[in-house]
Amino acid sequence: MTVHKGRGFACINYPIGMNLGGDPSQALVHSNPDGKFTVTLSSIDLGQGMKSVTRQIASETLGVPVEDVYVDTADSDTGPHCMGSFASRGTHRVGNAVIRAANEARQQMLAAAADELEVNASDLDTDGRGNIFVKGAPSRSITVSETAIAAQFKQGKTLAGRGIFLVPKSDVDDMTGEMSTVTTFAHAALIVDLEVDDETGVVEVNEINSAYEVGRALNPRLVEQQLIGGAWMGVSHALYETTEPYYPSRDHAPLDFNSYLMPGPGEVVPHNIAILERPAEDAPYGGKGPGEMCANPVLPAIANAVYNAVGVRCDSLPITPEKVLRGIRANGGAQPKGTPG
Amino acid sequence: MAKKPISFVLNGQDTSVFVEQGGNLLDELRRTVGDLSPKFGCGQGTCGACTVLINGEPQLSCLVLAERVEGQRIDTNGGLAEGPDLHPLQKAFVEGFAAQCGFCSSGMLMAAKALLDRNASPSRDEIAEAISGNLCRCTGYEPIIDAIVVAAENMRRRTT
Repeated sequence: MTVHKGRGFACINYPIGMNLGGDPSQALVHSNPDGKFTVTLSSIDLGQGMKSVTRQIASETLGVPVEDVYVDTADSDTGPHCMGSFASRGTHRVGNAVIRAANEARQQMLAAAADELEVNASDLDTDGRGNIFVKGAPSRSITVSETAIAAQFKQGKTLAGRGIFLVPKSDVDDMTGEMSTVTTFAHAALIVDLEVDDETGVVEVNEINSAYEVGRALNPRLVEQQLIGGAWMGVSHALYETTEPYYPSRDHAPLDFNSYLMPGPGEVVPHNIAILERPAEDAPYGGKGPGEMCANPVLPAIANAVYNAVGVRCDSLPITPEKVLRGIRANGGAQPKGTPG
Repeated sequence: MAKKPISFVLNGQDTSVFVEQGGNLLDELRRTVGDLSPKFGCGQGTCGACTVLINGEPQLSCLVLAERVEGQRIDTNGGLAEGPDLHPLQKAFVEGFAAQCGFCSSGMLMAAKALLDRNASPSRDEIAEAISGNLCRCTGYEPIIDAIVVAAENMRRRTT
């Protein structure tokens, strides 16, 4: 029995969003009478941080403290339309809609403040701490709260904005089949180090090193959290999870979480991540979505590392001990493909 | 079938309810008592989302007959915070980004509390073992283990 070390590499260019019907999302932003803002969306936060990121984006665009922004989302009965949380599109598509809505609300806020200060709205700016001041004369200022109260109770105006992001629809070219499906790509490269036991066929992942280019990491802790969790899911898909181990036969299919295998807290893989920031032109403050690509490249990297370790090329997932052992037997023994690295 | 009156101590409060005979504790806590902090995940004792403490021991409330807890002490995630002050475990989970969707958090927190109550300085392996009955789909477990380590440190500092 020998334990063979293997190293595998994979990289990914991941399209953000899609272009079926233009991939639109809408946002509404309005001020409450106390100068705090509500962002209304229908986009789902299923743990990826949609509410945190859209809150940051709205706060940045409005020029008000992040504490003064509330995101009300995920009620499709009352919120504006959103295509949904998929295709790693949330930050990019919804964030862009939020910027447009918040910008319109900001213009109305500055116009209302201009009326109160008796100046031109174009001479006004925000300090991000809840004040609107005259550029070059910061002592002439009014709070966002006073502005909202004046707008609501004196001027009879709302401070509100509407935003939509729509990608120009791209039809398939009849002659070439070409279409432009996305507006931007995120990128990643990933190296997996693992060991394969040639007696049991068990694969143990020892370390993952990855580099992710996500535009700008609008919330670095959320990005890191998503990448760590996503890589776990990648390991799980590569080595453990299946509903039909002998597809298309249903033999030995798991029926519950006892027999549906996933790595547990005892199989945590150390993962070193480098986040590369290249702000994307059409993205909200440059941020693209880490989304699905946090899991995807882990699978081919593991498959490549298994090949590197014992010379077995598994062409179906998951890479179970049985498949590894059958491969080793078919090759007449383990055939390591050279020193990793 | 007639309902059965039972009394137990839930998060330090004397609690008396009429429960369905043969009903499970999770259903009774959620529907009858109104404590929604234990979650219904699989309903067959394999995911850990419904973990509560019975006399300090972590138990899967979906597999426990409600009638069995007569006179027992039950603790749920709903009772961890003291007023506005989060429990050190809850605080460490929030600050350590140990939750994404949050559905497993309630059970994770109770499994972790049971561990820290009997072992104030657990190793990472001991933590992994203590939460090995709780499934998480989002985090990859590492942030959860990290958060429990941090909470244990903070709790030891508090008591010394």
